[in-house]
Amino acid sequence: MRGFEPRPLGTGRVLALLGAIAALLLPHATRIPLWISTATGVAFAVRALFAWRGYGMPPQWILAALAVASAGGIWFSYGALFGRDAAVALLILMLSLKLMELRSTRDALVLIVLGYFLAITDFLYSQTIATALYLVTCVWCITACLVAFQYRSQQPRAVPALRASAVMLAQAAPLMLVLFVLFPRVQGPLWGLPQATSSGVTGLSDSMSPGSLSNLSLSDGVAFRVDFAAPVPALGRLYWRGPVMWDFDGRTWRAGESPGAGISGIDTIGEPIRYTVTLEAHEMRWLFALDVPAQIVEGSRLTGDLQLIAGRPVRNRLRYDMSSHLDYRFGLAEDAVNLQRARRLPRGFNPRSVALADQWRSAGASPRAIVQQALSMFRQQPFFYTLVPPELGRDSVDEFLFDTRRGFCEHFASSFVVLMRAAGLPARVVTGYQGGVLNPLGDYLMVRQSEAHAWAEVWIENEGWIRVDPTAAVSPQRIEAGIAAAIPDGEPLPLLVRTGNPWLRQMRFGIDAMANGWNQWVLGYSPDRQMRLFQRVGFSDANWHNLVIALMVATGVVLGALSLVVMRRLRRSATDPLVGAWNALSRKLATASPKLARQAHEGPETYLMRAAAAFPQTREALQRICRLYADARYGPAPSPTSAKDLARLVRALHLEAGGH
Amino acid sequence: MADRVALGDRVADWIFPARGVEHGPVLLTQRRIYIVPTRQGWLFTVTLLLMLLASINYNLGLGYVLTFLLAGLGVIGMLHTWRNLAYLEIRPGRVEPVFAGEAARFPVVVVNQAGFGRLAIGCDRADAPLAYGDIAPRDATTITVEVAAARRGWLAFGRFRLFTGYPLGLFYAWSRLEIDLQALVYPQPEAGEPALPVAADLDGDSGHRGRGADDFAGLRDYHPGDPPRHIAWKSAARSDRLHTKLFDGRVGRELLLNWNDTSSAMPLDARLSRLARWVLMADQRGFDYGLRLPARDIRPGTGAAHLHACLEALATFDSRANGGQTGAVPGAT
Repeated sequence: MRGFEPRPLGTGRVLALLGAIAALLLPHATRIPLWISTATGVAFAVRALFAWRGYGMPPQWILAALAVASAGGIWFSYGALFGRDAAVALLILMLSLKLMELRSTRDALVLIVLGYFLAITDFLYSQTIATALYLVTCVWCITACLVAFQYRSQQPRAVPALRASAVMLAQAAPLMLVLFVLFPRVQGPLWGLPQATSSGVTGLSDSMSPGSLSNLSLSDGVAFRVDFAAPVPALGRLYWRGPVMWDFDGRTWRAGESPGAGISGIDTIGEPIRYTVTLEAHEMRWLFALDVPAQIVEGSRLTGDLQLIAGRPVRNRLRYDMSSHLDYRFGLAEDAVNLQRARRLPRGFNPRSVALADQWRSAGASPRAIVQQALSMFRQQPFFYTLVPPELGRDSVDEFLFDTRRGFCEHFASSFVVLMRAAGLPARVVTGYQGGVLNPLGDYLMVRQSEAHAWAEVWIENEGWIRVDPTAAVSPQRIEAGIAAAIPDGEPLPLLVRTGNPWLRQMRFGIDAMANGWNQWVLGYSPDRQMRLFQRVGFSDANWHNLVIALMVATGVVLGALSLVVMRRLRRSATDPLVGAWNALSRKLATASPKLARQAHEGPETYLMRAAAAFPQTREALQRICRLYADARYGPAPSPTSAKDLARLVRALHLEAGGH
Repeated sequence: MADRVALGDRVADWIFPARGVEHGPVLLTQRRIYIVPTRQGWLFTVTLLLMLLASINYNLGLGYVLTFLLAGLGVIGMLHTWRNLAYLEIRPGRVEPVFAGEAARFPVVVVNQAGFGRLAIGCDRADAPLAYGDIAPRDATTITVEVAAARRGWLAFGRFRLFTGYPLGLFYAWSRLEIDLQALVYPQPEAGEPALPVAADLDGDSGHRGRGADDFAGLRDYHPGDPPRHIAWKSAARSDRLHTKLFDGRVGRELLLNWNDTSSAMPLDARLSRLARWVLMADQRGFDYGLRLPARDIRPGTGAAHLHACLEALATFDSRANGGQTGAVPGAT
């Protein structure tokens, strides 16, 4: 294929290509080890200098040596050449080396295609709207480079290349949409286990110590979003159950081993409420559901303490349908071993609390009364709900209950459970989220990390496990109206959680609604969702086969429409309007009198003279037409409207039948 | 790649057989345009497949978006590449004669009736460097292809390919055509300045007399091809014959370049080269020269048209048609 042999590059085009690819790699700069970013930066700078000065490229053996050194460096930094991060870093280094081989347009095209591939690696780390916009801009510029390398004229210019690239990408967008919606989706992963897609995510963990939840509450990140099929229940009833903490070492609560499956022990009242949760990746295996879950998610299991555990860590955003009973009783027949575990306390810690609980027990109060006594202690004594509690020492519960009395939900839950256990009642800490914020724009509930919460469960004979939320005793506002209302002004709550500024609040809802739509329709468009969408638009039998047919048909239709758009103005319009008007006149005359059909040899003047002889009363009009046509056709400066004028005159011409 | 295109050409020949030289403008209609992916196009396709796999494996919603956007871009690029060639009108331009050993310049005129520009249209003829042209909307451009003219005679441009890879270079669209385009290749003039055969001066005098070139020197019978301003109209009025006025100076000398004056020991082409050089020398020095070849006789004359006629006769000289290479010229007039 001649015409595609290597051709030398222009300086301008090389610099443009370097710029575009550098922009593409920029988001990786902070994620890869410093030495790789530095080496890559140097490679780009050196290649730009070479292009500027017109130097030749370094010899092959230097590049080969550098390639080996790069692979060695990757091995040293990552301990592997494969795996997501190492492969991306290796790809970046190889691209930098390829720059040193950039001699001809063919090399440039290889670099550009490599650049397209590198664009997708950015999405491994971030898939936000901003990332998408940034990378589409990069792809636009790189495509413009691709176009520029096809120019053969002396001076390729940037603006036409950018325009051509924009036009083609815009025309590709409808095809992209069709393929995105209808291309049969396969559930990944196809091989191996993908590594963490996001590092340093915040979320609940399997342990809880003073300060862990209050730190979490400072994060504005979304934990999950919920779509309710029916109206949203009152915020005070929304307890999203997460890790359950059984074991206490005096300072830290741990989930430990969960008791075996126990969904059978639940007595429910009424119909469950149905909703759909879109859970953000949090690298842990908990799935969150309202207390108590009435079903399980495919691939997950329900433990004896009602934790919903996924088969593997949630590394990608996950969407699942759930239903829950808000009115229930469970654990009436709890295993004695579990009850024993729920009474255990470390020896030698928090003596004052243990003494207080002993005092309640020896007074012979019923379990209910003991619970009430503890709650009234929180209510009546000067306890404060705060995000910035003072530091606590070794006997954290003692110090909190008797000295500082300022704490966040984990302090209240922890000290309450310690008191219960000391009083001989089985009790445990449940962490999760409480409440949420209804987004009026998207009509869904946002649950953020700042809604993280800890509460207690106490087991009482014949009643089972009962939820007790000591925080509610201190700060009913927290439960009824959300954290923003409960935290005193001046404490460092995330800016966007604050309720104060209505405009800011509105913007926050808008942004989150957008992010939610993005998550649901772009990032979370799974095989399952694809089938459901397909069913919703009326295909009762949504299967792979029908999907392929729909894809073919839609692609054909869109491609046909696009072809029409691309091919418009390809040929000169079939008939000149002037000729059209003239032909209309001939037809009109020929219809009026068959003798007046225009002969091939007749010029306009002789023809119209003949017509005027047949229809004398139209002589003047015909003369006007003749003049206008001759002027428009052969005159030195035809009027731009002559074709329209002529058409008007021809229409206005009245030929009386039988005038001949 | 070359193999595939060669195969493509063969398939194309089968679907759309060579029709010989087409006279008049050729419109590149749908059926005349073929398109295949380039090597870069295949690389791009493989890359897209890898991107699709990565998107599936890592559940990258945006990965799907990018992959499908680029796939769409490839398809749109194909349409644009095809469109870049479609409905161009190709006409032959005017080819100037050249001497053998020079490069003949074949102008291929490309007319664009569309409302958009056509960029990077290439012209590919075997044994010639590629030539490219851009054509503005509703405009025409001449793409000139230089072909080495090795031998005298008519050099046909022959079958060639009009192609384009614009805008993305992922596809190669082409059309094969043969238009009425040929160059006349004069024999290569012999190097140096071989001695001219003796000038046959009509007035028996040789050399310059030192008088002005406009000085009247006498009359002779009119030969077709004599400049009209040299016709002696006054004497024509007196007699029934036309006479041509002869002027002194250089014009007056008439030279007959005869095939027989070249050594029969020389090969045919060397003899033609000698004659070509003589013709050029005679023209340069202002002789009134004629050319006598076996079976071809050009009366003496001057001027560019005459020069061309003489060189054309030499270029198209066919020894077989003239009864053999060493065939002698029949006796002088």
